[in-house]
Amino acid sequence: MNTLVVLIAKRLGAAVLTLLLVSVVVFLIASALPGDAAQEMLGQNATPSAVAALRSQLGLDQPAYLRYLHWLGGVLSGNAGHSMSNNMPVSSLIASRLPKSLILVGLTSAVSVPFALLLGILSAMYRGSLLDRALNIVTLSLVAVPEFLVASLAVLLFAVELRWLPALVIVPENATVEEFLRAYAIPVMTLCFVVMAQMVRMTRAAVINQLDKSYVEMALLKGVSNTRIVLYHIIPNAIGPIANAVAFSMSYLLGGVIIVETIFNYPGLASLMVDAVTARDMPLLLACAMLFCAAYLLLVLVADICAIFANPKLRAR
Amino acid sequence: MRLNRQSPFASLTRRQMVWSAAATVAGGLIAGPAAARAGFPKRGGRIRVASVASSTADTLDPAKGALSTDYVRHYMFYSGLTQFDANLVPQLALADSIESADQALWTIKLKHGVAFHNGKVLTAKDVAFSLMRQKNPETASKAKPLADQFQGVRVVSPHELQLQLTGPNADLPSILATSHFLIIADDTATFDSANGTGPYKCKLFRPGVRTVGVRNENYWKPGHPYLDEIELIGIPDEVSRVNALLSGDVQLINAVNPRSIRRIQASATNTVFETKSGLYTDIIMQHRELPTSNPDFVLAMKYLLDRDLIRRALFRDYGLVGNDQPIPPFNRYFLADLPQRPYDPERAKFLLKRAGLLGVRLPMYASPAAEGSVDMASVLQESAANIGLRLAVNRVPSDGYWSNHWMKHPLTFGNTNPRPTADLIFSLFYKSDAPWNESGWKDAHFDQLLLEARAEVDEAKRKRIYSDMQVLVHEKCGVGIPVFISLIDAHDLRLKGYGGIPIGGLMGYSFSEYVWWDG
Repeated sequence: MNTLVVLIAKRLGAAVLTLLLVSVVVFLIASALPGDAAQEMLGQNATPSAVAALRSQLGLDQPAYLRYLHWLGGVLSGNAGHSMSNNMPVSSLIASRLPKSLILVGLTSAVSVPFALLLGILSAMYRGSLLDRALNIVTLSLVAVPEFLVASLAVLLFAVELRWLPALVIVPENATVEEFLRAYAIPVMTLCFVVMAQMVRMTRAAVINQLDKSYVEMALLKGVSNTRIVLYHIIPNAIGPIANAVAFSMSYLLGGVIIVETIFNYPGLASLMVDAVTARDMPLLLACAMLFCAAYLLLVLVADICAIFANPKLRAR
Repeated sequence: MRLNRQSPFASLTRRQMVWSAAATVAGGLIAGPAAARAGFPKRGGRIRVASVASSTADTLDPAKGALSTDYVRHYMFYSGLTQFDANLVPQLALADSIESADQALWTIKLKHGVAFHNGKVLTAKDVAFSLMRQKNPETASKAKPLADQFQGVRVVSPHELQLQLTGPNADLPSILATSHFLIIADDTATFDSANGTGPYKCKLFRPGVRTVGVRNENYWKPGHPYLDEIELIGIPDEVSRVNALLSGDVQLINAVNPRSIRRIQASATNTVFETKSGLYTDIIMQHRELPTSNPDFVLAMKYLLDRDLIRRALFRDYGLVGNDQPIPPFNRYFLADLPQRPYDPERAKFLLKRAGLLGVRLPMYASPAAEGSVDMASVLQESAANIGLRLAVNRVPSDGYWSNHWMKHPLTFGNTNPRPTADLIFSLFYKSDAPWNESGWKDAHFDQLLLEARAEVDEAKRKRIYSDMQVLVHEKCGVGIPVFISLIDAHDLRLKGYGGIPIGGLMGYSFSEYVWWDG
């Protein structure tokens, strides 16, 4: 247990350092983009005097390192800053969008993870068979097809032609569970196609890796059923890489699904970040980048802890 | 000049019926008799409208409106002193009269008994505040260049004020009808919600997500508006927008690509509405440097524009052929006698040979930011290649196009939104010292005519002056305008009363007070 605590502490320390580095890099790269928030806000009306006036009002005439230090100081004292392009505190903007992204992540994971695990294990158990090869081809094809194509085809078929499902994610007030699920059906399906392939293949590889070990052979000789071997013996040992693949997919779902958000008009964090880049809105951009980075690090940490707990050998140390 | 109170209500009702009949014809008579019986407006109904873009930069401040979704929102919640009718003629709205003897000092008298959504009564102080704040750099108003001509305002009584301009401008009523000059209360501190005198009250505003307006029961136009509630969202992807209409999730969309029209017309429940407009994408030839500063080269490029092909292939005939000057054919000042410049590659070749510029290699910078410019550049490249002029198409991304490429190379493309008056478009884009003078041309006579026309009240004289200016631009300015692009909206057939106001799509952004739901 002691080692676990030490591990977590070390990881958290490394995470803070990583976040700091990421913030510096994002700030530098975003500052290198031509134009700034004042120019973008004024658009075609950006006469030099108007831009200068707006710049001094927004504090953009200060040198880059001062602006960064101001922001850092604000963050360390709990204030995420003020979004320039929409005159609202960054924290309230993110607070309004974060639950939406989390819902999407939650629903997609709830559908894709068990499904992916099942398919991966089946593939591994019957490796080389027709089932395995078919699953392989299907998952690879699904991940190779671009998201917007899957989404557009699904919308054309289910929303426009059949009218079974809505074309946008519009959840009415006081929606029933059924209405809620109907609204999310097509986007969740699209995202599942995207993230499943990696999880399936990682599961398959990890399980196959274990299947060749001697303890499995011993269990088979003892007459243990296939299901029990897989669930009680193999999975706990294979969980490490599988959990990592799941963590990676989940963090992508949180911050990378800009295409689905655009097509379904879904107000999530990815489109918030893209808006921030277009408007050169530095506080909002940095806050989003930090959030995605922190989410990723947290998910990876949880994945590693799962791996440790699942493995009795590591647990006892 | 005086803008008198005609009866806007009666004339608009008549126009509504004319336009809805026109819309039926345009829609191909799919719904047949049901649509022809447009009938009387009904109260009630709730619609969802999807516009082009919606981002966290959405605003309830009329001064900061930048996109179609902003303008629609502002016209829903606020009213202006004047408003445009279907012919782009300003009609009185919140103002009872707007008069001036010299076009420089204007006396504005307001309607009595108009209330803001929170109950406050509209007074001249609110109008003075709304107008003068546009000049303040801290407001960051998009209309500051226009507002700079407001020299001062004096409140004479609670319902009367005097506005002094820096110079005579007969177009003041048109300027006051644009969305930036909508009237807000003088005690407005923040724009978290909207307190205006418009047809709808702001029930919900989430920037980048949606806006919901409910009917203002105390709207100063009795009987209007008809709908109970309007929800406004933005769907940037055009295919998704059309899909949302076809699947019944939204009832009205704008910025439809001509290629989607067949799909919409094939559906039994939707129709398309075309608004002819003064929107254009032009090719800009920089006056500053060779070879584009050579007048023979400029003229040759203008002859190389295959206008009919561009209109047919890029815009599927949804547009009007342009003649290298910015006044569209339906504008009352349009000079019909100006001979249409044809597509004449032989003449272009002759001109280039005379200038010694045949065989020159030049890149053209085009971007999706300027609608249709990439395709236009490809067509131009083809036409030029046929006579030996080698033009290359440099496609650059939309992000930052206006800051980094527009007007900064010898050959670029621009995109100009419709403007309410000829004076505005000439002042903003063609005056010698205008920041958006795309080609950099300088013509002192043109500038002089511009100022003359601005102060001129006599319509016939004005038309003559603007005709001369159109000829000047057509012959000497370094921009080529092949087509005036039509604005295409699509809506559910049950939405009645829909028409066109050429300042923009969605009925000049002010559909909310005219339409009703017959479902």
